[in-house]
Amino acid sequence: MKITLKLFATFRNGRFKIAEQELAEGTEVRQVVLSLGLTEEEIGIVMLNGRHGELDSTLSHGDILSLFPLVGGG
Amino acid sequence: MDKIFRVNMTDLTTKIEAVPAAWAGLGGRGLTSTIVAAEVPPTCHALSADNKLVFAPGLLTGTAAANSGRLSAGAKSPLTGGIKESNAGGTAAQMLAKLGIKAIIIEGAPKTGAWYNLAVGLNGVTINEEKELLGLGNFAVIDAVEARLGKKTGVLTIGPAGELKMTAANISVKDPDSKIRSHGRGGLGAVMGSKQIKFISIDGEGAKPVTIADPEKFKTAARAFSKALLDHPVSGEGLPTYGTNVLVNILNEAGGLPTRNFTTGQFEAHDKISGETMHDTIVERGGKPKHGCHAGCIIQCSQVYHDKDGKYVTSGFEYETIWGLGADCCIDNLDDIARADNLMDDIGIDSIETAVMFGVAMEAGILKWGDSKEMLRLLTDEIGKGTALGRILGGGAGSVGRTYGVTRVPVVKNQGIPAYDPRSVKGIGITYATSTMGADHTSGYTIATNILNVGGYVDPLKKEGQVELSRNLQIATAAVDSTGMCIFVAFPALDIPECLPALIDMINARFGIALTGDDVTNLGKYILKLERDFNQKAGLTNVHDRLPDFFKTEPVAPHNAVWDFTDEEIDEFWNF
Repeated sequence: MKITLKLFATFRNGRFKIAEQELAEGTEVRQVVLSLGLTEEEIGIVMLNGRHGELDSTLSHGDILSLFPLVGGG
Repeated sequence: MDKIFRVNMTDLTTKIEAVPAAWAGLGGRGLTSTIVAAEVPPTCHALSADNKLVFAPGLLTGTAAANSGRLSAGAKSPLTGGIKESNAGGTAAQMLAKLGIKAIIIEGAPKTGAWYNLAVGLNGVTINEEKELLGLGNFAVIDAVEARLGKKTGVLTIGPAGELKMTAANISVKDPDSKIRSHGRGGLGAVMGSKQIKFISIDGEGAKPVTIADPEKFKTAARAFSKALLDHPVSGEGLPTYGTNVLVNILNEAGGLPTRNFTTGQFEAHDKISGETMHDTIVERGGKPKHGCHAGCIIQCSQVYHDKDGKYVTSGFEYETIWGLGADCCIDNLDDIARADNLMDDIGIDSIETAVMFGVAMEAGILKWGDSKEMLRLLTDEIGKGTALGRILGGGAGSVGRTYGVTRVPVVKNQGIPAYDPRSVKGIGITYATSTMGADHTSGYTIATNILNVGGYVDPLKKEGQVELSRNLQIATAAVDSTGMCIFVAFPALDIPECLPALIDMINARFGIALTGDDVTNLGKYILKLERDFNQKAGLTNVHDRLPDFFKTEPVAPHNAVWDFTDEEIDEFWNF
């Protein structure tokens, strides 16, 4: 299956902004995180199709997964 | 001993008063709102002699506590018709605190057309007639005051918008680089203009360090507090690197980035105006990605933005300004948004109200969507010069909506709704609706918990938990706004258990008192209820604690969310 992976803030350093990824069925967000060389602790916000997701959310074909470090503003 | 400086602009006299016992434990917002509630008739015209403009540093301002240099300004707001407190960084708050000035109260209004400046110093205030600087922009005023009185002079000033009493006019505060921070919201610049005061200078000569009752305890608490600020990923790393504008991409992903005057929740060109792009642009052009709005700030969320030739364009370039002129007006040119930010500082007009206003103006057909050049022209030639059109625009989003018959006008209590769509981030909708300030994201920043996973998580698209979340944050914020602290201390305070006790310990050590966490919560409740009581007497009741109808009837993409709280559910907010 294919998903779209978007990275933000410091996660883009040495990586990319947006990429299509070919993944095995049943892949969880956690596996994508680790495959990027990131640790679970570094993850601030997981968004799956514009809603908050979890590290153990299971991905489906066509999903848009966005990963942010813990950042904020206001 | 701290004192109150009182200035009467009707008979042009000044007084130094002792601090009444009831005000001794108050600072910042708690003090400005207490004074306004005690001394301003709630039904008065906000631009009349009956209104009073009050400045107060916070309880910890002037101490070595990190991030404690904020100044509160309060009055009845000509924009909302209710009570207003707006706080800002800059150099003034710490200078006033070190001069032992608990508050400055400016009352009355001149009987003639003459304009004045106020000179504040250790021994009181003098009122001087001002002719030379009338009509000038804020940057020129700051330069001229420094040339007249010395580089170290503190300055509070209004631009042409304040002189013309536009209801979106702000009060500018000189920052450590002689640039500008603003008491932005609620038209306080118009109140200063109605008193015919062009600027207030502050002479720090003779200022002393503020007295600390228990220096050892203070030092220990201050250290723990700073550590919490630096340890938290938002205040310690995210804000210094990207500034507040990191939120463009986050809100866009969450579908809560109001776009094209609140008709959709995502902006196609989001990446061009994002914090990530801004950071890279600043670094590439030799600007400063980190910058503090006051001495002692260790978060450094501000920045200095340069043009292509490496020349200064603006600083303190915030998410809400960039969102408003960017996504909400469909402008994808960050350089033009930066120029507009600088113009708004110079003219002295709130960059949130004005950005929301331009979205309504585009809907009204005054200018085309995305037309940044015409926006810059309207700022310079119409608002800046006070033409008839400029005065309508300078009245804010509500003013333009009323004048041009627009029904989609994102305001609460006539104050423009900022940068987070209340349909897809419902907690902030409760804050917009119920805040005593009119639509104000800072008064109960539920984005922390709805979007940023700070202080736990409450699903932004569901109604459950939002009223309680907003209530708790509004109570805490009212208390924090009384300390002189930057509101971003809330990020570590929500997550790091040592942070809030350290803040309370600093207050206790400063004054030799023994406040508990409950006392601080009660202070926040007292302030909110006092402000609400003023508003009710001014005619702003629960009927005004409502979002505009279009939020209920127009679903916002991508979640097709609507504002679905009943009136009774909203009113539950005040059940404390």
